[in-house]
Amino acid sequence: MFLRLSLASAVSLALTTNAIAVDSFNPEISLILDGRYSAFDNESEYELPGFMLGGEAGRGEEGLHLGHNELAISANVDDLFYGKLTTAIADHEGETEVELEEAFIETQALGNGLSIRAGRFFSAIGYLNQQHGHAWDFVDAPLIYRGLFGEQLIDDGVQIGWVAPTDIYLQVGGELLRGERFPAGGASNDGKGASTLFAKIGGDIGVSHAWQLGLSHWRADVENRTSGGHAHEGEAEEVPTFSGDSRVSGIDFVWKWAPRGNASERNFKLQGEYFIRDEDGDVIMDDGSASPEATTYDGEQKGWYLQAVYQFMPRWRVGLRYDWLEADNKGSDEEVLAEAGLDDEGHTPERVTLMADYSHSEYSRLRLQYAKDDSYEESDDILTLQFVMSLGPHGAHKF
Amino acid sequence: MRLNYRIILLVLAMGLTKSSLAALNVFACEPEWASLAETLGGDRVKVVSATTAYQDPHRIEARPSLIAKVRRADLLVCSGAELEIGWLPMLQRQAGNPKVLRGQPGYFEAADQIERLGIPDSLDRSMGDIHASGNPHVHLDPRRLSTIATALSDRLANLDPTNADYYRKRHDEFSQSWEEALQRWKTRALPLVGARLVVHHQDWEYFFDWLGIIRAGSLEPKPGLPVSSGHIVKLKKRLQQEPPLAIIYTAYQSPRAAKRLSQITGIPAVELPYTVGGAEGVVDLFTLFDETLKRLLEVIP
Repeated sequence: MFLRLSLASAVSLALTTNAIAVDSFNPEISLILDGRYSAFDNESEYELPGFMLGGEAGRGEEGLHLGHNELAISANVDDLFYGKLTTAIADHEGETEVELEEAFIETQALGNGLSIRAGRFFSAIGYLNQQHGHAWDFVDAPLIYRGLFGEQLIDDGVQIGWVAPTDIYLQVGGELLRGERFPAGGASNDGKGASTLFAKIGGDIGVSHAWQLGLSHWRADVENRTSGGHAHEGEAEEVPTFSGDSRVSGIDFVWKWAPRGNASERNFKLQGEYFIRDEDGDVIMDDGSASPEATTYDGEQKGWYLQAVYQFMPRWRVGLRYDWLEADNKGSDEEVLAEAGLDDEGHTPERVTLMADYSHSEYSRLRLQYAKDDSYEESDDILTLQFVMSLGPHGAHKF
Repeated sequence: MRLNYRIILLVLAMGLTKSSLAALNVFACEPEWASLAETLGGDRVKVVSATTAYQDPHRIEARPSLIAKVRRADLLVCSGAELEIGWLPMLQRQAGNPKVLRGQPGYFEAADQIERLGIPDSLDRSMGDIHASGNPHVHLDPRRLSTIATALSDRLANLDPTNADYYRKRHDEFSQSWEEALQRWKTRALPLVGARLVVHHQDWEYFFDWLGIIRAGSLEPKPGLPVSSGHIVKLKKRLQQEPPLAIIYTAYQSPRAAKRLSQITGIPAVELPYTVGGAEGVVDLFTLFDETLKRLLEVIP
């Protein structure tokens, strides 16, 4: 009985059809072109009091400039693996830099809802972190991403995720990461110094509403994380450097609405995230000497943003975003903390951003954005005009 | 020891029996395939449709609820030919269910079973959102649908061999009533042969191919681009020489453009169900074609 059944099913599997439509491009190559014009009202150097800035954090360049141009190549490697490589090509101070943004493989045939990703990838922390810049609804990242992750948390490592076989969508997973890049820094613990846990839950309410709620936690042993250094007149450059323990916890949600679930005419998206970071360790002002200035450091930084984007007719969308941050950092030497940019200067950073964009087709987008930026004491008005265009096969976007 | 061996066999056999009785979970990308799967699978399948007749199948969000459904599916039934390229691959990658990946028995593309129309000679986005594998709106030709039904029935039987006879029987029944309906429709539709229609999007190519209807123009300036008023004015001029029978649009498209063109030209605008659930009384594929023909015949002067 058993033998006969298994034979029958083997035969039936072998019989199944058929010529599968061939992808027009293999591998898929897609290119994102991003150009901008920005006008600032305030000429002083950008800072976010209470946060050690790193990565690509900042308000960007003034005037006409290129944004985040990306070249991505992806394909199924075989029936078990999928692979993707994304390079970001950007100008930094007159030099063209090619940055490896993503380079990972992912299993597709493990089954039981399980998948493993390995290589370099956007961490699954938060909601926005896994989206590429070109898919953002605003020109720039929320302030809390700028303050904690240097715009986005990218790292090398392994990610494992599991989707539960339930009616409601439930995904849980974790990452083991090298922890060399900001905000970990130093690849401590033999190059596995950071890790992440995450859970996502989501579903529909009726036919017009969809939602997702996420929880995530990231921790790292930080070894010598540096942040933008500065030189005093006639003295060696001092680079604020942190070593110790760092933990970030976050909660994120997104809610999307479209009349009868048909987003092509009108749709609405509300999204918000909250992160809190606890750090414990020491900060030194590294000037190359044997005994740099130092302080103990016990920091707490938190912040959230809430944004709404509404497509009121085909092609046109408007959006509003509010950012709020707060830092409460303590140390044995307040002066050294202040020099390291960890004094909040009695200021809670805030920002209000308005945007409007026009998409001639789903491949081209023109955007105008205005931000009233109170990142630091002196308020700044930032106006940005941006184009984001995508060439090649359009990859499907995540929810 | 011998006893243990028999227990294991017994448990295995029970497991197999249980799984062969359990219904196949079918995830249909569009309502027409949900309806076909229900018709062919009867009570041996449990069908969910990812979309409704009021949703544009090109533009669906890869929602968490859909990932959860793909996770538990035994079979995906989709139009294919890149219609779902903006969302289905993301669902497949996130669901962690290898049974329903492309190339597996649990992945069924309707467009793959038939000869497709509108395969472009060259690919250039300046021509709009064109599909390299041709026009994907394949269900609107009942002759092709019949071929797809046969292939889908075979697929159900392959995936669930213990119920193979059941699926074959249901297919024979469907096939017989479909052939009868086809003859009936062909006769009824005679006055439409050679008619000219303005469409919203090029989702009627297979229907036109079946009845010999001519596409007189599209409200979309290029496939997949939103309607613009400039294009409507141009279209009006072009239609003046030889006015078409009607302007047709579907439940998932905004009626605004069709109604506006109708207003300035006097050509009637007709909403058609396009798929199952797209109009009152359209509860399956039979009533879909009944209602579509009824609405088109009504505008013949």
